[in-house]
Amino acid sequence: MSRPATPTRVLALWSPDWPVTAAAMAARVPTHRPAAVVVANRVLACSAVARAHGVRRGLRRREAQARCPDLAVLAPDPDRDARAFEPVVAAVEELAPGVEVVRPGLVALPARGPVSWFGGELEAAEALVDQVAARTGVECRVGVADGLFAAVLAARRALIVAPGDTPAFLAPLGVEELDREPDVDRSELVGLLRRLGLRSLGAFAALDPEDVASRFGADAVLCHRLARGLDPRPPVRRTPPEELAVEVELDPPVDRVDAAAFAARGLAERLHRTLASHGLSCTRLGVAARTVGGEELHRIWRCAEPLTPAGTVDRVRWQLDAWLTRRRRAGDLPDEAEGGAVALLRLVPEETVTAGALQLGLWGDVGEADERAGRALVRVQALLGPESVVTAVLVGGRDPDEQVRFVPWGDDRDLGLPAPAAEPPERRLRPAGSDASAPAGEERTWASSGPDVAPAGWPEDVVRSTGRVSAADLPEAERMRTTNRRRRVPAPRRPAGRPVPRDPPPSWPGRLPAPSPATVPPRPIPAELTAADGSPVRLRAPDLLLGLPGFVAVDGGAPRRVQGWAGPWPVQQRWWEGRSEASRLQVALDDGGALLLVFRDDRWWVAGEYD
Amino acid sequence: MEDRSAAVRAAPVPEADGRVLPVAEPLARLLPAGGLRRGSTVALPPGPAATSLLFALIAEASAGGAWAAVVGRPGLGLVAAAEAGVRLERLALVPEPGPDLVAVVVALLDGMDVVAVAGAERVRAAERQRLAARARQRGAVLVALGSWPGADLELACTDVGWHGLGTGAGRLRERRVGVRVRGRGTAAAGRSGAVLLPGPDGAVAPAPRGPAVAPLREVERVAG
Repeated sequence: MSRPATPTRVLALWSPDWPVTAAAMAARVPTHRPAAVVVANRVLACSAVARAHGVRRGLRRREAQARCPDLAVLAPDPDRDARAFEPVVAAVEELAPGVEVVRPGLVALPARGPVSWFGGELEAAEALVDQVAARTGVECRVGVADGLFAAVLAARRALIVAPGDTPAFLAPLGVEELDREPDVDRSELVGLLRRLGLRSLGAFAALDPEDVASRFGADAVLCHRLARGLDPRPPVRRTPPEELAVEVELDPPVDRVDAAAFAARGLAERLHRTLASHGLSCTRLGVAARTVGGEELHRIWRCAEPLTPAGTVDRVRWQLDAWLTRRRRAGDLPDEAEGGAVALLRLVPEETVTAGALQLGLWGDVGEADERAGRALVRVQALLGPESVVTAVLVGGRDPDEQVRFVPWGDDRDLGLPAPAAEPPERRLRPAGSDASAPAGEERTWASSGPDVAPAGWPEDVVRSTGRVSAADLPEAERMRTTNRRRRVPAPRRPAGRPVPRDPPPSWPGRLPAPSPATVPPRPIPAELTAADGSPVRLRAPDLLLGLPGFVAVDGGAPRRVQGWAGPWPVQQRWWEGRSEASRLQVALDDGGALLLVFRDDRWWVAGEYD
Repeated sequence: MEDRSAAVRAAPVPEADGRVLPVAEPLARLLPAGGLRRGSTVALPPGPAATSLLFALIAEASAGGAWAAVVGRPGLGLVAAAEAGVRLERLALVPEPGPDLVAVVVALLDGMDVVAVAGAERVRAAERQRLAARARQRGAVLVALGSWPGADLELACTDVGWHGLGTGAGRLRERRVGVRVRGRGTAAAGRSGAVLLPGPDGAVAPAPRGPAVAPLREVERVAG
């Protein structure tokens, strides 16, 4: 057991703004164009060029775009970040052993090996930066200090802190540096320290550890150790006994990421059950795999916080994704690719801490019926493949097919997307008579509010006046109103269950109100709309029909007589993606059917069937 | 014994423990058990409003925590399902079961409360009976989206009429349908009644001044 007071020399290699770098690489945004990754309407990370234009982390998207109109707004994707980082890790690993991925964009390694090999810390840093730039074209910085925390801060400043100077290096830095880890939210502690006048790490470090523990709690003790330049892990850490490692033989060998991730899920579950039974949590996870060709792959992931099961699955998936994708990209021949399939997967908890409150609710408090249902679905996944069983998540959108995303069973249903605004409360579902807890009055409000309100997009007068009447007869202001309209109903606020920052529930002006079509064909079906005399009915303007609908023939079928119709309601969206504008028409047919027709690309399509 | 009872299916089935999955009020009045009896098989033959009828049948149970799965039916309008009251997080979809339809349904019947199957016409009669027996044994409700000879209940919509749409004005608001329940075995008295499917907000609602629940003569003939 090493003495905790003397942290080892750590070399950290940090690539600035990694989410942006990875996203820009994936989206092929040229490096000279400013780019930013935006999540929940806030800038998560931005490139140096964007920063020069005044874009900052945490800025609202709109403001960022105002400061820098040329800004490429990119979506966050942790998987992509991890995958794109793998070549960097591989490049570092060629020169130095024992590389640990702290998170995509940041690796740490014990400094001793490369320093003695290259003959000095400066030389080692130069060699690593050159190696990464030559192999991957990624710009990165290196910092060396005592302990991981100081090394990361040194890497941000591209500094080499001499041995023993780490507390002096940390002392003048602001306490905000404690809150730089994206996984851990320490803003509360940092805010508290600032209000107490402890603005620098040195001032915080000067406090008595006992006082910190009694006043601020466990996490603050860890931060206090960091601020003093000590090893961050509490000294109670222990080396895990060997039997905690779990492994699974994959037969047949897996060469697809989704299938590998599916296997990883079960494995992670097993690992955490084992750990929980020992009262442990994992802070450093080793992911090892053996390929059919006999190659052994191993990578260590380090986390600031004990890993949750979901976090474990994420890291295993990222790692497998990286390995399998790299292999594919390397252009292996088909028979060699066969040898690259993963035959054995092994999770090793490299470092554990005693579990605090984490052991409770590891997999959520799942009821027995839910568990039974989950097992049945997993069995179907085993029969058909993990992607075959999905659940739907409602997201924003105007057309019925846009409002639904499918999530494979077992994946996180929280897409990070805002929930649609108009989701009715659950209570509405119960019949007024059977549920005593639902006041009948409220029931009534929901039921009766339906027919009286105009559809979100179009108030009654406009709905009546579009269609046959030439739009030129309408006042100009009213004609404009048919397309862009604010929603009347303010979006209901959902209870804040999790602290994840969210976009506000967006309104979708022009969305078709309930009832929605019960059948939405996976791809639109061509349809012919003809007048009573058989001449085709088209659009003269987005909101003006040329002729009265008389018959609809779906997909070359027999014409069905139109009984009633309404519309056309134009929708103009995604012009920046080159999507042509569309107009929608509701048609009720003689035989009792009703269709949602969309006029797009100069013809009618069936976008939904009210069956 | 199992096969015979599946083939004849005349008496109430002892395996079903009498538990009933709740169904929204306007429809529950029409169902003989006042809901979906666990272990039973329900057929929704193709016709107008069949998909809406499926949503309306599972909505109440889904809101109460029951799990439902729909097999072999891509292109389901999930927004309509949510409007009908189905909880999407407890609605599993297997759009492409492939040739393993029976195996998939058997696996789902083990864990789900309601399993709706489309494309069961190409399943052989013996397999159909096996599935029905499985549902009975596991206490799940098997809903066939299509014809299913030997189903306990058969629900169909007639006299479909949309409201709210004029010629060039208004929008689809609600649909009045006559729901006809034909039953064999336990549901000897076939019934029909008018409901709004969907009602103004997407869920099933009682029809305003519709005719009262009336016994249906031809159903009695079928049952007898």
